[in-house]
Amino acid sequence: MKIVVVLRQVPDLIEPLETNANETALNYEEAGFLVNESDEHALEQALLMAEAGAAEVAVVAFDFGDVETTLFAAAAKGVERIVTIAWDDSDPPLADVATVMLAETLKSLEPDCVLIGCQAHDELEGALGAKLAVALDMPYLGVVRGVECSQDDNVLSAFKEFPGAAKARFSVRLPAVLGILAADQPPRYVPVSRIRAAMKSAQFDEAEAEPIASRTAVRVNRIFLPDKGDGATMLEGSEQEVAEQIADILIEKGVLT
Amino acid sequence: MIDQAAEPRSCVGEGFLEELLDHPEGHDVLACMQCGTCSGSCPLGQSMEYPPRRMILQARRRDMQGVLSSPSVWMCVGCYTCTLRCPREIDLTDTLWPAVRDRALQEGIQPPPELQSALQNLYMYGNVLGKSPRKRLEWSRGLDVPVTDLSKEHVAVDVLWLVGCYPSYYPRNQVVSRHFARMMTRLGVSWGVLGVKEKSLGDCDRLFGEEGLFETLVETNKELFERQQFKTIVLLDPHSYRALEVFYPRYDAGFPAQHYTTFLADHLDQIRPLLTKPVEARVTYHDNCCVGRRCGCYDAPRALLEAIPGVELVEMERNRENALCCGGGGGGMWLDGHITEHGGKRLSDERIRQAAATGASMLAVSCPYELSRFEDSAKVAGLEDRLVVRDIIEMLAESMGLDERDNR
Amino acid sequence: MSQQDVMLVAEVEGGTISDSTMELMGAARHLAERTGGDVLAAILGTDGSSHAMRLAGADRILIVDDPLLAGYAPQPFLEALEAIVDRERPRVVVFASSTLGLDLAPSLAAKLQAPCIGNCRAFAIDQNSFKATCSFCAGKLMVEAETEASPTLVNVLPGAFHPAEQDGRGTVESVPVALGAGAICFEEMLPADAGDIDITQQDVLVSVGRGIQQEDNMEVAEELAEALEGALCASRPIVDQGWLPATRQVGKSGMIVKPRLYLALGISGAPEHVEGMAGAELTIAVNTDPEAPIFETADFGIELDVMDFVPELTEALKRKKVAH
Repeated sequence: MKIVVVLRQVPDLIEPLETNANETALNYEEAGFLVNESDEHALEQALLMAEAGAAEVAVVAFDFGDVETTLFAAAAKGVERIVTIAWDDSDPPLADVATVMLAETLKSLEPDCVLIGCQAHDELEGALGAKLAVALDMPYLGVVRGVECSQDDNVLSAFKEFPGAAKARFSVRLPAVLGILAADQPPRYVPVSRIRAAMKSAQFDEAEAEPIASRTAVRVNRIFLPDKGDGATMLEGSEQEVAEQIADILIEKGVLT
Repeated sequence: MIDQAAEPRSCVGEGFLEELLDHPEGHDVLACMQCGTCSGSCPLGQSMEYPPRRMILQARRRDMQGVLSSPSVWMCVGCYTCTLRCPREIDLTDTLWPAVRDRALQEGIQPPPELQSALQNLYMYGNVLGKSPRKRLEWSRGLDVPVTDLSKEHVAVDVLWLVGCYPSYYPRNQVVSRHFARMMTRLGVSWGVLGVKEKSLGDCDRLFGEEGLFETLVETNKELFERQQFKTIVLLDPHSYRALEVFYPRYDAGFPAQHYTTFLADHLDQIRPLLTKPVEARVTYHDNCCVGRRCGCYDAPRALLEAIPGVELVEMERNRENALCCGGGGGGMWLDGHITEHGGKRLSDERIRQAAATGASMLAVSCPYELSRFEDSAKVAGLEDRLVVRDIIEMLAESMGLDERDNR
Repeated sequence: MSQQDVMLVAEVEGGTISDSTMELMGAARHLAERTGGDVLAAILGTDGSSHAMRLAGADRILIVDDPLLAGYAPQPFLEALEAIVDRERPRVVVFASSTLGLDLAPSLAAKLQAPCIGNCRAFAIDQNSFKATCSFCAGKLMVEAETEASPTLVNVLPGAFHPAEQDGRGTVESVPVALGAGAICFEEMLPADAGDIDITQQDVLVSVGRGIQQEDNMEVAEELAEALEGALCASRPIVDQGWLPATRQVGKSGMIVKPRLYLALGISGAPEHVEGMAGAELTIAVNTDPEAPIFETADFGIELDVMDFVPELTEALKRKKVAH
């Protein structure tokens, strides 16, 4: 079974986020980047599936943000085939462009199963995986928390999360795109010495996807900080002072009996 | 004696002994006479399935599988008691433990999750707390003395002050940083910091077995320091100090360095007349493991404390080379959960009781981890009204009349 | 049918129309009043007509009944929706940000080559221009987006709109669609492990997030929960780590809770979590990050370190309880 994982770079929320001059996009030049968390889970899920049976794992990523750190870590985790898609702009590709270019690259890799995170915090236009699936003419199942291989190499079990901590088991006849929420275990730690070794030995292939212009019908008029006018009443003071205040509030509200 | 006839029992850990012997200090492992002094001295030895003695035994038997997957691997807090007392002078803490941990990581064994986060944070942000590197200088906001940011202006200074992760980001520690800044200025020392470019020195990650991460940090720091002109590096964190003193030279990145206690003790003649306000307290000092046992420096902190008028210095029963570790080193700050889960205890809980037993009302420390660890333990032990925890810098600042100026 | 109609995709949860569907009804009605069109409620399943009463607030209820729609299955669901949209040509189609909605909206949008906008908190329509205000970057920012393309597909955040009244004269229509089974099939539902407490029934919840940092630190939260006679729960990352079972997870993919008191400790307040607790009567949040989105939802905010503050609070509560 051939599994291809898509790894995206997203702005690191640990840094204060700035918008560009006309407030229509993030100032990506000033932003820090890291791998999208649910994509990292997708990679972990792929590695688990590879360890369980006969599956090869390949990774595809746009050459954007801090992608090298991400890809060397992937190589250190054992991924042998890593394909990058050239991207020169300091802003990341918009959803429709990403869909087309990823689909083109994925088609050339002939995957049986595509794993991608089911959400990304800078995603405006809905799960990329769902769109990718349509472009690849494959079915999509998202919000997946765990995948099991079966005796049949063409069939998987995928567990879709439902409210109330419930899960539904779906049978998936490949090829398919799965939008991963969380892998069966948290993404594995790989020692930095392995990453450094990968930096010396890992080779990335460059895909031949041509950049295209976006034809998205969605325009961003403005990006802004949420209005905190109605937000929380902030309590000031030392830990003891605030603790007293809260205790009093709770008594007043009848919560503390 | 190596058991030559033993068959390797599995592939996990294969070749570990050879790797260890290749290490500069690793060869001493062959001198081990299995006396058990290490295991008996280790404050967590009773909870370890594989204390140091057994680790060496297994290494020599070429059977490391059990060791590597054992929770023991993540229970050492880097206190150096075993190393100090080993009759064969085997470099247990700095060589054996990191080698075992490194091998465990290489074999794909997952460290406890909190430790993983600390390592990821170090790798991604250059600080264990996972805070934004851009906020590394926030501790100095509104400070009433000028801060020379050497990442922005190239001037020659007496002291390159590496503030450290906790002292930069953690509120309880930021108070100490601000006082130290004032103190150096008061002493007429020209000093500078690396601002947002400052990164962790490493060392904790080295002890975690993350040799690769340590190397990455050494390379970055070497480049940063080489661009500066200074007479000495001063550090608040004993672990970082030790890293710079002992390990950086192995990577050809040695620089003159001092822990702040030595630095201030060198200036004691200048400091003494400035200590005008008494600090009326019975004080006991906790020797931190790095400055103490590892580097043999016990007098400088005591000299500073004794210079403060009003201070009555008393010793805990276990002091100097016999001091009980607070449990924060070697990754311990992130291993409390793991340690207690496997039958160990939080060493600072025990140590705070030892401090209280002296009748002291103040516990003096000189390591950034210890402030929060001991204050926490004091609360757990119900001692917080009887025993306050202060960094030596805070006490000196109070005596110098500096503390009233912290009006943030 | 009209270019001004607003369609909502209804969902059934636990045998009845979901609360988020009723919010979609409110959202759709709000829009339809501007466009002058009808509110259409599409319901897919095997017993659509049994839910028609609850959907009576719509002008027209469109039912697709088919055994292939018994449990969720991507392909027949998409085929059915595609057929309805093709037939009705609504201006806007609104979906919940649910496990189904998050799959269906972008998939349908891609099939129709129509725009899809997610995380929507508010919207308006002016002439032909549809404007949405959306949560962005885990709630740290907001985006105002606009499109003229029709239909526009939208995922609406829970709690963004008030549920609509149920009264109405909605007409019920059955829409016949030929559906194919597809390669992804529902096999079985696996409920959460029984035996743990039901946090949805608790009056007081103490919730921990990533800010708690270490598993060991949760003890401090447990003590607070005890002092308040409440229960401990958590955001998703804590459950992912295995520090608490899935039954304690609050959020979109966990439990929706409406306690009297919700204490959020070290929780940033990303939309997926807020979704689970926005219904709490009183929310108090503790977080060292003043920009944390949780402070928008909370009633009281405390910018202190959880490990420093919570023990003090537990202490104060114990003292006051005795005094009371």
